[in-house]
Order: sequence, then C-alpha cells, then structure tokens
Amino acid sequence: MSRPATHPDLRQRLAALPYVLRAGLGNVIFSSGIGLLIHLLTGQALRGALVYSLCIGLSCWALIDGSRQLSARLLRRWRPGQAALREGWPGWPVMLLCVLASVPLACVAGSLLAQALLGWDLRRAAWDWPQKELLTVLLLTLGASMVATAVFYARGRLAAARGEAEQARRLAAETQLRLLESQLEPHMLFNTLANLRVLISLDPARAQAMLDRLIAFLRATLDASRRGEAHSLRAEFARLADYLALMEVRMGPRLQTRLDLPEALAELPVPPLLLQPLVENAIKHGLEPKVEGGCLTVSARQEAGQLRLEVLDSGVGPGQARPADQIGSGFGLEQVRSRLATQYGPGAGLRLAAVAEGGTRVSLWLPLSTEHRTTPP
Amino acid sequence: MSLPRPAATALIAEDEPLLAEALRAELQQLWPELTLLPAVGHGQAAVDTALARRPQILFLDIRMPGMSGLEAAAALAEDWPQDQPFPLLVFVTAYDQYALQAFERAAIDYVLKPVQRERLAQSCERLQAALRQREPAPAEGAVQQLRQLLEAPALAQALGLATSAAAAAPAATPLRLLQVGVGSSIVMLPVDEVIYFEAADKYVRVLTAEREYLVRISLRELLPQLDGQRFWQVHRSLVVRSDAIARAERDEASRLSLVLHERPERLGVSRLYAHLFKAL
Repeated sequence: MSRPATHPDLRQRLAALPYVLRAGLGNVIFSSGIGLLIHLLTGQALRGALVYSLCIGLSCWALIDGSRQLSARLLRRWRPGQAALREGWPGWPVMLLCVLASVPLACVAGSLLAQALLGWDLRRAAWDWPQKELLTVLLLTLGASMVATAVFYARGRLAAARGEAEQARRLAAETQLRLLESQLEPHMLFNTLANLRVLISLDPARAQAMLDRLIAFLRATLDASRRGEAHSLRAEFARLADYLALMEVRMGPRLQTRLDLPEALAELPVPPLLLQPLVENAIKHGLEPKVEGGCLTVSARQEAGQLRLEVLDSGVGPGQARPADQIGSGFGLEQVRSRLATQYGPGAGLRLAAVAEGGTRVSLWLPLSTEHRTTPP
Repeated sequence: MSLPRPAATALIAEDEPLLAEALRAELQQLWPELTLLPAVGHGQAAVDTALARRPQILFLDIRMPGMSGLEAAAALAEDWPQDQPFPLLVFVTAYDQYALQAFERAAIDYVLKPVQRERLAQSCERLQAALRQREPAPAEGAVQQLRQLLEAPALAQALGLATSAAAAAPAATPLRLLQVGVGSSIVMLPVDEVIYFEAADKYVRVLTAEREYLVRISLRELLPQLDGQRFWQVHRSLVVRSDAIARAERDEASRLSLVLHERPERLGVSRLYAHLFKAL
C-alpha cells in the first residue's frame, strides 16, 4: 500500500485500522490505478477496465495474502524461533511459489466475477479468450503481484527496523539514567557536602581545593553521561584523582591511594569514566566496610598488545559484602562489561578476583590499537 | 528563662573524622554541660566504649565499617545491664530514605548530614527534656523502639541487615540441606536436624543432637535462607529451631533462657527477642 504524504493524524488513523481493512484499501487503490492505466493505454472502456482490474486484483490479494499467512503459520511449527515467521513472512522462495500458484487462479476467478458484475455473457468462458489477451492479463497480474509483494516486504522490514531502533534508543536512555544515578549516589554527595561544610570554617584553603575537585567530578560525570566520547587515559586518571581526593578527605587515614599511569600510555583513548564504577565499588564494598581501611591502587600497563587496567584494593574482599550491597556492585560491573562489549567487541573484557592476602582485584583489558570506535551521540 | 541544661555524658560514633570533629564542636557550643567521650570510628568500638563508660546519650552514624550504627544499637540493647537506663539514641545519616521512615515510625531521633545547627539544637532540647523527666528505669522503652526499627523490612533490606529471618525478605524456597565440609568430605546435613546455629566470628557453629559442625558463612548471610517460621533468632548470635525448644525459663534477674529437648546446654535469650516467648 503506497503511503500518501498525509497529515500525521490521518496517518495515525490509518495505522489504527485492522490489517485487513488497511491492506484491502491499499489494494483497491493499486488495482484502480492499473485499471486506469489500461484504459489510458489501450482505450478500453473505463468501467470495464476498472471492474476487471479490481476483481482480479482483489482475488489476487486474497489468494496471495491468504497463502502467505497460511504458509508462515505452518512454517512456524517447524521453526518457532524465527522472527520473520512471527511477523508473517515465510521467506522469498515460499512467497514466489504462493504468487505463481495464485496468479492464474486469481485471473480466472477475477475475470468470471468481473463478467458477472458487468452482466456479460458468462458462457463466453475463459478458454474461449484469445490467447494473446489471456497472456497479457496473466503477465500484467503477475507483475503487479510481484510489485505489491515487494512493497509489502519492504514495509515489513522498515517497520521491524524502526521497532528495533526504538527499542535500542529506549535501552540506551535507561542505561544512561542508571549510570548517572549510580555515579551521583546521594549518600556520597551529601557526605562530601557535609565534609565541605566543616572544612569551610576549619580550613578554607582546603575547602576550596575540595570544592574544585567536586566541581571537576560533577562536570565529568554529567559530560560522560551526555556525550560519552572517548577521552585520554590521562584525563581518565585525572578524574579518578578528583574522586579519590574527595574520598581521602572523608575517610582520612583509612584510605591510601596510588595511581600508576606510565607516560607512554597517557594519550590512549578510553571511554569516559570507564574505571569510575570499579573504583567506587572498591571503596564502597572493599575499603569502607573494613574497620582499619586500606590501600587502593589503579594502574595501567601494556601487555601482549593489550592495554591492561587494574583496580586493586586491600579491603574485605568479594563475598564478604552484604547482600544489599551486592546488588549495587552488580550494576557497576555489568555496566563496565557492556560498555567494553559494545565498544570493542570480544577483544576486551573484565575479570574480578579475590586477592589471597585479602581484597579484590578487577582486571580489565582492551585492544591497544589507536583506532577506537566511538559510539554515536 | 529556660530551664538549666542537665549535665550528661555522650559518645559520638562516626567513621569520618572531620564530621565527628564538627559534631563535637557544635555540641560543645550548644550544650556546654555535655561531657563528650573521645569519638569512635566504627560500630564495635561504639558498643565496647558505651558498655565501659555508660554514656547517657549516643550519636550513631548509620553507615560505619564493620558494624553499622543500627547493629551497634541492637548489640547494646542486648548487652546493656538490666538495672541501668538505656542511653538515648540519635542516629546520624547522610541519605537513607528507608531509615528515615523507620525512625519516624519508631519515634527515634535522627539528624541529617550535613548537620544543621538549628536541627541539632532541636535534638539537644529533646534530649535535655528526656533526661530531666527520666527516672532510673530499665531500658524496656528503648528496646521496644529498637525492636520496631529493626523489624522494618524495607530498612533491613536497604541497609543489608538481616536482623531476623522474618524481617529480611525471605528466600523463595528455604534452605533444606547444609553442605558442611568435614575433613576431605562434604556432609549433607538436613537443616531439620539442626537444633541451633551460633555465630562465631566469620563462621557459624551448627549444632545437632549428636554433633557440632563449623560452616564458613556468617549468620547474617545464613539467616535469610532459613525458614523464619521454624528458625527463630533469640539473640544476635543465636538462631534456634523452634520445635527443639522444650521451655523458656526466667531467672531471679528476670533473664530469659531456653531449655532444649536434645541438648543439655541452656541458651540465653536477649531482651530484643524476649517478646517471642509469652504464655498464652
């Protein structure tokens, strides 16, 4: 069915019609067009041409569409998982068979119907027709059927693709929101502000430095969730340093940190704030719950053509965390994993392991090549 | 003019040193008669110091390493001497949506971080009024409040506490078999044969009629997996199978203990769970 450039609400109203009505209406328009064309090209009477093409067109549609749905339903029993079958598309080979079988039948049935409607003599049966005329009708119907089938197929693909794109967009928006929520965790934010409030009167210079760190952290978090363009490993480590400086003020001597980035690797591009959830997890689930605190090390190195990043903490170790906390860490790890998978495919990965002497080590590897697929905004 | 401020002793438990210091400074200005014990940085230290020094007031941060402020309060309620008034509690928290609702319901005081002076002054007035009115009575009122707080399921979940099997979201299907490593073999121990579980540091002692096993899981992790109808927590370190209990007895000091069918030892019931044992 061709879609005229209609007003959007007319379009919506059309889309709301049941399939049979929509397809039928499209078929009527298409067949009338062919009838008109025949009238213009051959000079046959308009009424006759229209009735003929409508009758043949509608019976053609009924047979082809009916056999399409029937065969898709039958095939679905064999291969229930196939998405195209679920949408009623049995595949081109079966569809060609349907068209080829339906067209001659439809020509005969449609012609008889047209003759009856026009009040012509039914006894002048189809086999008495001149062969040339019969062949023309057959070929014309076949051509029109193929065109209509192709249009139906293309529209189905388009709708499916549109649905998939919509689904992907929704998923991306959801992930973005959850990412932002997990990074701007209210507990972290209010505790940081509480410390800042104390420092303002106690040590204004330190308060100012802390505020600058907080601003840089907030800006990076918001930018990363909006744009998601790659930045350099140097920038990544600088943002981690901001976050860790805030945590050092809060935890005092309970937190020692070490950031180890070789100069040779500093300009490599990485997805923004890729390591942030891992560092947050290390503090929240590893070091914060441990009475005596501990050490957090983030390092980068080159190994076997890969970039290896590591977040190591000497905290309570995996499995010691409380049940409710594990839900949080699950999202953090899951999110880093899925970011790696979408950006680098199977060439990247992440592994979490307990450290024998206590603590957790999260290792992450990605291809070292300079080319980097950035996600579209 | 206002009434004279009563003298009292208070303990601050807060793991972030700057915040502890700030709270101390604010309290000293608002309430000069208040003696502040040196602040402690984790839950266990709060319990130990409070038991040793017996302050009248406790300011407890909720999220602290090791033992949370809520767990510390529960532990204190169990170990606090029966004849001493229980400390007044003020919880301090940055952001715990569920905790706040639970505090409101149990009428327990709390302040939000960053601590605002006006809000803290209100808390101080409330504490002073409570101290003036309070007769040296046992801790039942406070215990009642705490019990209510700990039984709020949303709170238990939000803070990852498993205060009682019934309060925490119970597992869909309760644990039936315990796999216990004994030497080089693994014993399949039906949970129905267990008489009681006792917390022992990071382990749990599992006691049946004949034997004792040690499993590498904390009581906190184990509790939600048990059938809350059959297994009752009677102390923060004790979970008993209810039909293994023969009777509950009260001694002269009105402490409650359990006599078991198949084991000789008696189990002490803490006052947080004493309400489970009432005659019909």
